[in-house]
Amino acid sequence: MSGHATYQPQNAFMKWMERRLPIAGLVYSSFVAYPTPRNLNYWWTFGGILSFMLGAQIITGIILAMHYTPHVDLAFKSVEGIMRDVNYGWLIRYLHSNGASMFFVAVYIHIARGMYYGSYKEPREVLWILGVIIYLLMMATGFMGYVLPWGQMSYWGAVVITNLFGAIPVVGDSVVAWLWGGYSVGNPTLNRFFSLHYVLPFAIAGVVVLHIWALHVVGQNNPTGIDPKSDKDTVAFTPYATIKDGFVMVCFCLLYAWFVFYVPNYLGHADNYIPANPAVTPTHIVPEWYYLPFYAILRAIPNKLLGVAALGGSIVILAFLPWLDTSKVRSARYRPLYRQFFWMYIATVIGLGYLGSQPPEGIYVIAARILTIYYFGFFIIVLPLLGMFEKTKPLPNSISESIFPAGAPASKAKA
Amino acid sequence: MTSMSSAHATRRDFLYIATGAVAAVGAAAVAWPLIHQMNPDASTIAAGAPIEIDLTPVAEGQVIKVFWRGKPIFINHRSKKEIDAARNVNVASLPDPQADADRVKQGHEQWLVLIGICTHLGCIPIAHQGEYDGFFCPCHGSVYDTSGRIRQGPAPANLPLPPYAFVSDTKIKIG
Repeated sequence: MSGHATYQPQNAFMKWMERRLPIAGLVYSSFVAYPTPRNLNYWWTFGGILSFMLGAQIITGIILAMHYTPHVDLAFKSVEGIMRDVNYGWLIRYLHSNGASMFFVAVYIHIARGMYYGSYKEPREVLWILGVIIYLLMMATGFMGYVLPWGQMSYWGAVVITNLFGAIPVVGDSVVAWLWGGYSVGNPTLNRFFSLHYVLPFAIAGVVVLHIWALHVVGQNNPTGIDPKSDKDTVAFTPYATIKDGFVMVCFCLLYAWFVFYVPNYLGHADNYIPANPAVTPTHIVPEWYYLPFYAILRAIPNKLLGVAALGGSIVILAFLPWLDTSKVRSARYRPLYRQFFWMYIATVIGLGYLGSQPPEGIYVIAARILTIYYFGFFIIVLPLLGMFEKTKPLPNSISESIFPAGAPASKAKA
Repeated sequence: MTSMSSAHATRRDFLYIATGAVAAVGAAAVAWPLIHQMNPDASTIAAGAPIEIDLTPVAEGQVIKVFWRGKPIFINHRSKKEIDAARNVNVASLPDPQADADRVKQGHEQWLVLIGICTHLGCIPIAHQGEYDGFFCPCHGSVYDTSGRIRQGPAPANLPLPPYAFVSDTKIKIG
């Protein structure tokens, strides 16, 4: 898409610089002149929010690490010290702990948007897979971060999750001992989790760079799912996308601030304010809310190895989405059947999340089994078959035609 | 450079493969310390030495918990009723078939010594709970009987037995 101006350095220094390191030109072409489909709706603003949350988590995390002690005898105390003694420690810790939740809120909306509008389809497969990798890294990072305060939920969460690897045939026990650095979860485990929790966000940042790079190679998808055909279909990233992203970011921060200042422990568990005790398991172990759907799948299957395999498979299957969905039409706007199955899938994930928070007995287990079947059925049965049998609605000829069916009012539509 | 396409392996091909093989062995040799450092260290292994437990204060029906290698060990002083319940079971019908006699030391049938870690995902079961009045895991609902054998729920195996021996009639050595 030509037509949007390229970077022209104005002053002598920028001209000098541009010939040696064209970083200003790169920023200009990526975030100013970059052509973005003119019909993007608010669901497209969560990529920016996610970048913001990654930055917020890294900054608050680096500060917390200045006051935190990764040792089984001192970790819990040092976190209480952060809450009570460190200047604004309470604020920074609550920003960080609630920031993790907000990060996952944003990533789930971002993933759901990609699924609704078919953003994973050709040619965006690599872009999508990089996203799945970021999501996996986020889950690992979030899990290890939750272990660090060394409360009861921290400790027992670490026990349950590391024991998942014990389900691997033959080498399972050796792998678990290797992860623990001992015969049980202990100080070596806490130390390495701290080390990895510190470094993984930078690995995420690296994959985010690849993700954005891939995005800028293939271009953004849009609500119609059809490619921009002319300059009339796009607008410049700045000011259009930057202002829109900025507006939503402010709204998102209001919600974030509401959690931090009014209900900072709403998404946590009271048990985690009890210091870790290897002799007593809390009567009701639940992971953080963002893992609950997968936890429900794990518990739905009455066999350890298969349960763990289903847990892993429920996440990894996302990476195969570009090939499981056989439909050529991207956007659910033109796929009446897919749209219904999609919303059933969303309801299933939310339902599994609820079931994951309930005790593993009676009707809850049966319901979790039914939803688990739909969760996998959606990917393995519904999506491949829909592409063959679904009668899709006619696609518009172009993005601008979808907005102005009678033809764009040329004078006003100029971007 | 002239480009030669030869159907035969040349001396250069051999050098490439030999160099690559040495490099791969070298990389593996460097990688091993980087991986092995995460395994239990010398002090952790040393701290895992055997411990002795005096059983005299444990009353009938009582379950005590001791720690060995960071693992909770349950020592259950079983009543006659509990022993009978554990023995009057069709072993073949169990998910992980094992006779109660194989899970205790001969002549010390009243003492059941277990690693108190659920074989599902490592939670600590609660004693004297569940349908069989054995152990019940609160995390994912596994039920064990008075011999520590899995009866219901997602756990794949019986509660494991630690290595132990009777030093005297009232003392055991774990490890």
